Amino acid sequence: MPEIADIWNVLFLRDYNTRLVVISTLLLGCASGLMGGFLLLRKRSLMGDTLSHATLPGVGLAFMLAVALGGDGKSLPFLLAGAGLTGVLGCAAVLFIRNNSRIKDDTAMGIVLSVFFGAGVAILGMIQTMPEGSAAGLESFIYGKTASMVMVDFQILMAVTLSVLVCSLLLFKEFRLLCFDESFAAALGWPVKRLDVLLLGLVAAVTVAGLQSVGLILIIAFLITPAAAARFWTQRLDRMLLLSGLIGGASGWFGASLSALFPRLPAGAVIVLVATVGFLVSMFLGTERGVLLRWLLQARLQARVGSQHLLRALYEILEADALEGPLRIRPVPFRQIRGRRTWTDAELRKSIRGAYQHGFVEALERDEAIVLTERGLAEAAQVTRNHRLWEMYLIEYADVATSRVDRDADRVEHILGEQMVARLESKLQTYRSAGSLVPQSPHPIRPGD
Amino acid sequence: MMRAESRAGPFGSATTPPTEAHRLPLSIRDLTVAYHRKPVIWDIDLSIEPGKLVGIVGPNGAGKSTLLKACLDLIPRSSGEVLVYGQPYAKERKRVGYVPQRESVDWDFPVSALDVVAMGTYGKLGWFRRVDKRCKALSMHALERVGLADYADRQISQLSGGQQQRTFLARALVQDADIYFMDEPFAAVDAATERAIVDLLKELQGRGKTVLVVHHDLATVPQYFDWTVLLNMRVVASGPTEEVFTQENLRRTYGGKLTLFAQAADEVVRSG
Repeated sequence: MPEIADIWNVLFLRDYNTRLVVISTLLLGCASGLMGGFLLLRKRSLMGDTLSHATLPGVGLAFMLAVALGGDGKSLPFLLAGAGLTGVLGCAAVLFIRNNSRIKDDTAMGIVLSVFFGAGVAILGMIQTMPEGSAAGLESFIYGKTASMVMVDFQILMAVTLSVLVCSLLLFKEFRLLCFDESFAAALGWPVKRLDVLLLGLVAAVTVAGLQSVGLILIIAFLITPAAAARFWTQRLDRMLLLSGLIGGASGWFGASLSALFPRLPAGAVIVLVATVGFLVSMFLGTERGVLLRWLLQARLQARVGSQHLLRALYEILEADALEGPLRIRPVPFRQIRGRRTWTDAELRKSIRGAYQHGFVEALERDEAIVLTERGLAEAAQVTRNHRLWEMYLIEYADVATSRVDRDADRVEHILGEQMVARLESKLQTYRSAGSLVPQSPHPIRPGD
Repeated sequence: MMRAESRAGPFGSATTPPTEAHRLPLSIRDLTVAYHRKPVIWDIDLSIEPGKLVGIVGPNGAGKSTLLKACLDLIPRSSGEVLVYGQPYAKERKRVGYVPQRESVDWDFPVSALDVVAMGTYGKLGWFRRVDKRCKALSMHALERVGLADYADRQISQLSGGQQQRTFLARALVQDADIYFMDEPFAAVDAATERAIVDLLKELQGRGKTVLVVHHDLATVPQYFDWTVLLNMRVVASGPTEEVFTQENLRRTYGGKLTLFAQAADEVVRSG
């Protein structure tokens, strides 16, 4: 277990090596989070996967070339340039297959991804047999090896992050339209293909820069996860990108710090796990599209619909009593309400509890009968009236109706206007019974129990 | 002098005098488009006069959208020429507004209705420039004109289908074009939206704009459009609706499939 002093040292970046690794990974997280946002919205998430796998043969080939030219083959910029080249080549292959055959995106990506990765593994195998190759440690590009990061890594990441940031700021509007509506952008005369290439090029730069730290298999998680997490919190692109960059950066920082404290944990995996925790938290707690929010809204809607059904059922029972006289509140047996609709005992009791909490009904005789309060009667009359007016509206104006119907509106007039409501009411009026407070239903109500 | 003549093209003087071709919002000659070795539309010749509200009608797969996209350089042409106000489209882009099919975009995208409408200003805004207050005011005004002022800040997935369609129309309004290309703006919208769109089209026409609309519903053609293009891979007929929208022409466009439809439409024309 790490001691307090270790934690302190890592947290405040006391150690040179830790500082280098943590800051580099943080930068990588920001850059990949930002680019991942665009990639996600361009529906190209898996393109990042193809790209990263296709970098492997480039690493091997660059090494072989460097050795052939007389170097030791371990120059990082040279290896990464090779990686970037075959990565982009892989993407180009996918686009070529898609545009020139009837093979779909996913199939094309599957083919390219595996072929390039396979070729990469084969090339690395060949390098192992070369006399210079054994010490190269090129396999670290597959899973990443954070501890081996050096100043050059930091400089490359810094450059990549800055270019990603500058491009996203300058071309925010261009990328937004490209991702949202490509054909409109093309109709405006924008060079859509070149913008697409630039976007993919930036993603390639991030991927290649991340090979050293998280490796080519896990970099895809770094591209997708923060962006997907950010989407749960906001409905605005700028905020989503900002948040995605922050989540990515935080995952990079926290993951690299953890890995520095527990040297046996591979940083790439820890970073991805941290990002995944961020994703899970966002998925459940997200304030715009989170799962819990969705459940909550659904439950609230169910409760409201249930309470409206109950009040309307009670009202219609009382209304049936009052065919020849004023409407009178009386206790209604549970069984009688139960027969009004297709609902289970449990559903009905739940609705009654809800109505009781709002002070609309009182329970009598151990819940075997309930009675509307004054307030409940007013509410029930309102609910019933709205329901019938909407029903009449749907019958009379079926062509325009569905876009306007809003059953939750307090008063129909707010949506349809006084005049329209007056017309609907007069149509309903013909059936009105003596004691009822609201216009009659446009269809016959089946008798209670 | 020499220049003006050469611009009209080698066949320009044979069919229409160059001066008139300059004034025409759209003139298409010998346009052929092919996908996957199969021609989708062929030898389209079409001239649209200014201020017309044009319905482009034809069966599924007749190439209506393809025609529109080929005019806007969105898909490669196999042959032929499209002139917008006597110029290739690339030179007159700023006078053209475009409403793509609603299903062509992902409405779950994290932008507001106002953001989408503001995209109509991008063409004139130029590279790197951000959407400023003036653009926002223009976009807001366009939203008001389609009756969506209250929905400006809504994320677009929270709009109904008809409202989404009207958002697209507002975006085209912001483009402030002279000729509009609209791809199925009436597809799957509620009647209220349909009426709003028709009013808007008539208003555009009243201001001297030319509007081309790909349309599906035969029954409303005589009511909405004063010029009709019947298309089935080639132009079957093009002209004033009352002359072109006949049972005979519809049968030639739709084949035997839609005789009932055609008869109904013919009655509409005769009674109107």
